[in-house]
Amino acid sequence: MGYRIDAQDLDYTRLNQLLRTAVAAGEKEIEVEHVLGQRFIADGLKGEVTITIHGVAGGDLGMFMSGPTCILHGNAEHAPGNTMDAGMIVIHGSAGDAVAHSMRGGKIFVRDDIGYRGGIHMKEYDSKRPILVVGGSSRAFLGEYMAGGLIVVLGLRGTPAVSERGIGSGIHGGEIYIRGEVPPHLLGVGATMNPAVDGELERIAPCIREYAGHFGKDADTLLADEYIRIAPASSRPFANKYTWE
Amino acid sequence: MSGIGATPPRFRVTVDREQCMLCERCVENCPYGVFRSQDGRLLIDSRRCTACHRCIAMCPRDAIDLQERPVDYRSHPIWTREIREDIYNQARTGKIILAGMGNAADFPIIFDRMVLDACQVTNPSIDPLREPMELRTYLGKKPSRLEIRKDERGEVELLTKLTPNLQLETPIMIAHMSYGAISLNAQLSLARAAKEVGTFMGTGEGGLHHAIYPYQDRMIVQVASGRFGVDIDYLERGAAIEIKIGQGAKPGIGGHLPGEKVCEDISCTRMIPVGSDAISPAPHHDIYSIEDLKQLVRSLKEATEWKKPVFVKIAAVHNSAAIAAGIARSSADAVVVDGFRGGTGAAPKVFRDHVGIPIEAAIASVDAKLRQQGIRNEVSLIASGGIRESADVAKAIALGADAVYIGTAALVALGCRVCGNCYRGLCPWGIATQREDLVNRLDPEEGSRQAANLLHAWTLELSELMGAAGINSIESLRGNRDRLRGYLLDEGIMKVLDVKTVGA
Repeated sequence: MGYRIDAQDLDYTRLNQLLRTAVAAGEKEIEVEHVLGQRFIADGLKGEVTITIHGVAGGDLGMFMSGPTCILHGNAEHAPGNTMDAGMIVIHGSAGDAVAHSMRGGKIFVRDDIGYRGGIHMKEYDSKRPILVVGGSSRAFLGEYMAGGLIVVLGLRGTPAVSERGIGSGIHGGEIYIRGEVPPHLLGVGATMNPAVDGELERIAPCIREYAGHFGKDADTLLADEYIRIAPASSRPFANKYTWE
Repeated sequence: MSGIGATPPRFRVTVDREQCMLCERCVENCPYGVFRSQDGRLLIDSRRCTACHRCIAMCPRDAIDLQERPVDYRSHPIWTREIREDIYNQARTGKIILAGMGNAADFPIIFDRMVLDACQVTNPSIDPLREPMELRTYLGKKPSRLEIRKDERGEVELLTKLTPNLQLETPIMIAHMSYGAISLNAQLSLARAAKEVGTFMGTGEGGLHHAIYPYQDRMIVQVASGRFGVDIDYLERGAAIEIKIGQGAKPGIGGHLPGEKVCEDISCTRMIPVGSDAISPAPHHDIYSIEDLKQLVRSLKEATEWKKPVFVKIAAVHNSAAIAAGIARSSADAVVVDGFRGGTGAAPKVFRDHVGIPIEAAIASVDAKLRQQGIRNEVSLIASGGIRESADVAKAIALGADAVYIGTAALVALGCRVCGNCYRGLCPWGIATQREDLVNRLDPEEGSRQAANLLHAWTLELSELMGAAGINSIESLRGNRDRLRGYLLDEGIMKVLDVKTVGA
């Protein structure tokens, strides 16, 4: 049994201090109990540690995080994985708006649904390629301004993966995979859509297997389904907007 | 070429053939290709000229002459040359016009319509040579009250927990100009100068190049909407963190660094692939309200364990004062207000010249609002955008600013001639370029000396101005509007500035 922190009546600064102290002391497994909306859990945290969180995490879970794994048994408020650099967040529940906002590396798995602007401005650099896998559905503006990385939305909760507009609007890097159908009018400016083909499906298979592993789903059934791939029409969406004085 | 035909050249370059010794320094120095040498003769293509003055500065014989508007249109007070040429441009392209440098529209400059005070007879002036002048400035929150405890020996212990402040030896800082917008040698020059003078400098949204690490305790790292170059290491290196919401040169819109400017090194500091566009969205997409801003401020403080001041920069717009009051309540330590004369590498011209308000009015209204609400101590006020000389610094502080940022003025100290072609990436002075041969023209050793000289000279002038006014500490100048008078300013603006007219 790892190190335990009871978050009841702790504010986020104190909670993070306890986490930092534990990580500095070399703890590899930390359980945080009775979390009730504390924001910024593991904000800017470095190192190799697995933090299991019980309760509802407040905004910006794992923001600027670089390395740790956070396993959340509960829902997350907005922007888990905001500007995250490396590590993993696994959410056994749903998450709010701007999940994985500006994320540069690492992985986020959300068992259920996410809010608006999921994966907005995700980017990639060098060997870093962030991954966001959502089991349920996403609201509007999924992958807006996306500059890199990978988003997969599975639509496993009875409603289509995405049924709102602005998917990939302003996308200029990375790719989005959606299980099932996507009506073309939901695509944002600058995005193109095609059925995913074999090589592409191979690329997302490990992510889907990992998702299935985290949440006890059957990966083979998921992999047998049809996917739509949404990608940038151009890596220079604004190149033709301007002239010089 | 279209049916519109060519517009007249903006400049005409001529060479005094008697003076010219065909050394070809002009040919070597002009990256725009104005000069060409052919069969022992110097050929000139004036149409390519940007008036950067590199050739003139490098000509050993003063043989080059430059004339602006050699051929002009029929003059007309409304249909100016600029208006006409913008229409030709857009009729050809159908696009948004981009332009470099700051606001070039002919608005009156409020700084130039204000005068400073000096002592005569009563309240004698102070000689800064003889008396100490206190220019040291602390940026960050100040407690509204101090709690102290005296022990039995009479020793005083401070019970109030102080928040981290930045200590500046002069109230002049160097503005955020990213690596990418300017060259590494330009950044290095300015960073060294900031360190030497004991002030700070902004990184812009371009990350922190490892060559700047030795000066990191003098760097204010920026977090803008693209989050380029931002990771925990970057945040920890900076002396302070600045959230950029807006910029005076282009309030309300984001920015795009075109892919062709994203070379190996820039890709590395911004943490994006080589050749990819770096797009900073107009808003931060995790900030849609003042409550969200508070969350970003606190997330940055939390990530850096509350050890660093966090600034929030906004463009000066109509309701800056109310926004600043919100920022003051967000746990931020300073609000930076960037006036509509602020410079930029590239901005849509229509924004550069028409959106935002002058810094003078913004400082006064922000300072007044914070005082009215009793929260002036919660944030420092940093003014930027169009600070051109030490008198502007003194006037900005007298209007209520704690410190200023200078951008264009610092670049001019490195040799910039304000030609406004920064966006072309061919800056002949090695400032706004990444081309190696051009970057090498700027020696960081020399550059830092020039920038430090400028900061030093302005600081000397500031202390002389203060001494003449009988003021020996910058705190006594701050918000001291009684030492300012408006000269031919209208009543409305004088009310906003809270200054009297000359003679009153």
